[in-house]
Amino acid sequence: MLDLIDTRAIRLVANAMRHDIIDMLERSKSGHPGGSLSAADAMATLFFSGVMDFDRDNPDDHSRDRFFLSKGHAAPVLYATYHQLGWLSDDDLLTLRQLGSRLQGHPDCHACPGVEVCSGSLGQGLSVASGCALGLRVSATRAGTLPARVYVLCGDGEMQEGSNWEALMFAAHKGLDNLTMILDLNNLQIDGHVTDVCSLGDIDGKLRAFGWNVIRVNGHDIRMLHEALYRSKSTTGAPTAVVMETIKGKGVSFMEDQVGWHGKAPSAEQADRARAELDADREKIEKEV
Amino acid sequence: MADGKKHATREAYGKTLAELADEGIDVVAVDADLAGATKLDAFRDAHPDRFVDVGIAEQDMMDVAAGLSLTGKVAFTGSFAVFATGRCYDQIRNTVCDSNLNVKVCPTHAGITVGEDGATHQALEDVGMMRALPQMTVLVPADFNATRAALRLAATTYGPFYVRMGRLPVSQVYDEGFSPEVGHAYVLREGTDVTIAACGVEVGEALAAADALADEGISAEVIDVFSIKPLDAGTLLVSARKTGRVVSVEEHSVATGMGAAIATLLSENVPTPMHLMGMRTFGTSAPVATLLEHFGLDAKGIVRETREFLAEWS
Repeated sequence: MLDLIDTRAIRLVANAMRHDIIDMLERSKSGHPGGSLSAADAMATLFFSGVMDFDRDNPDDHSRDRFFLSKGHAAPVLYATYHQLGWLSDDDLLTLRQLGSRLQGHPDCHACPGVEVCSGSLGQGLSVASGCALGLRVSATRAGTLPARVYVLCGDGEMQEGSNWEALMFAAHKGLDNLTMILDLNNLQIDGHVTDVCSLGDIDGKLRAFGWNVIRVNGHDIRMLHEALYRSKSTTGAPTAVVMETIKGKGVSFMEDQVGWHGKAPSAEQADRARAELDADREKIEKEV
Repeated sequence: MADGKKHATREAYGKTLAELADEGIDVVAVDADLAGATKLDAFRDAHPDRFVDVGIAEQDMMDVAAGLSLTGKVAFTGSFAVFATGRCYDQIRNTVCDSNLNVKVCPTHAGITVGEDGATHQALEDVGMMRALPQMTVLVPADFNATRAALRLAATTYGPFYVRMGRLPVSQVYDEGFSPEVGHAYVLREGTDVTIAACGVEVGEALAAADALADEGISAEVIDVFSIKPLDAGTLLVSARKTGRVVSVEEHSVATGMGAAIATLLSENVPTPMHLMGMRTFGTSAPVATLLEHFGLDAKGIVRETREFLAEWS
């Protein structure tokens, strides 16, 4: 469990990541802020609270836990995470979506350290993560060791892709308990609210019916996220879905729950307003006892 | 195989993967409920720990293979060519090829020689889809021994491969020692009047056609275009310069297949009159021999169309 200081440290990392996201998008004049901001707290918790086992000095370490960003359009939150880890430089952040950049519009495993596969075409990360989890289990069984874990971040709109349901069946059938899906329920997709466009209905019930262990959390509550992710590590016999309720655009008031901010960059003036809000948030966190 | 009997190229699949695993190569196979038909059952039975069946879910099949490849395994996939490419093209394009993963797309039941199952099960666009993809290597072996060699090449060469197999038993073209290379075509019969470039099951038909054409005084050079991507530009251009006329034969759409690839090569280097034989419509149900005759893709059809083509360009 985390004590208050640890929680605060992770909230500060998430705050810095949100800053990075705004800076990157303002500069590139394109990209996806909404789904990046909604996932920032989960990404900060996953990478900075000791949930994932990896070598910060060596992103390619053979024994690492793996992370897959299935909702590849949220690339800015991945780049912000890697920037905070030191895998990307300040200068890298200025090159998002530009020719020759490590920061392609959607994650590119050839360009950017830490990226396992190219992603961006929705509905694929869960299958890839399942295959990877199975492969790690096979290798670990042969070696007589414990398998590394696999984490995959999916979007709620993305769950409309039928291929995900093939993967859900497969992962449960194989009992892939070294697999954790983090599902970002921000309830917005390009055409509107997910519940209006094509609702996922009782997503927790559906996932359970498919044989998954399901934990519902507030996706902006670090303590809940941390506890759920830790619990997923000790669950046996089934994969775990951490279903997190989030607010798309979280942390920037004028972007929150606004469909228009799915794939639009802020102007200089809007970016300044966003940064002012994030700075105020940071000061508030720092003052907490 | 050196038993002198006809064998389908698919018969090599499971057997070859089992050999490779026995030799210490870390191969795995992911099929989609067709292990008996794809002949991956021989691999499943020999190495159950290396075989994964995802059920009838080709998109999952392809990306599970992608994930397995990320853990150091050489990941082969199964299913029929029509489903193993079309149903999961996005997975092949955006995950396997864009990420340059060590995934081997090796389906069976390609082309019209599927026979009775008819149009929905006869892949006619698969080679075109695969050869359009950066990183992808495309091999279409002509017989059992060539298929075994193609699978071995795929397993031992890093990166995405497409190996196209069929269900029709075909005569042996190559002996057991055949060790082809990526990017190579093989001149099986030399000739001076016309080049017949074929792949897969059409290689045997082309050889039979060349025999018949010889009886009419036409000297046909027969080339097995084993590697469609990359193409063997040297062999094909030398032959086209020599004969001055090229017929291509394949059980695939002429719009995007081997013939189209050769036409592009020739038009950029040695513009040569060509006649493209293959499919221009969907297939249909019938026994295989009937289908080959119906679509003019048997030896007789090749003889007839070659004769007419040569008369037109004499």
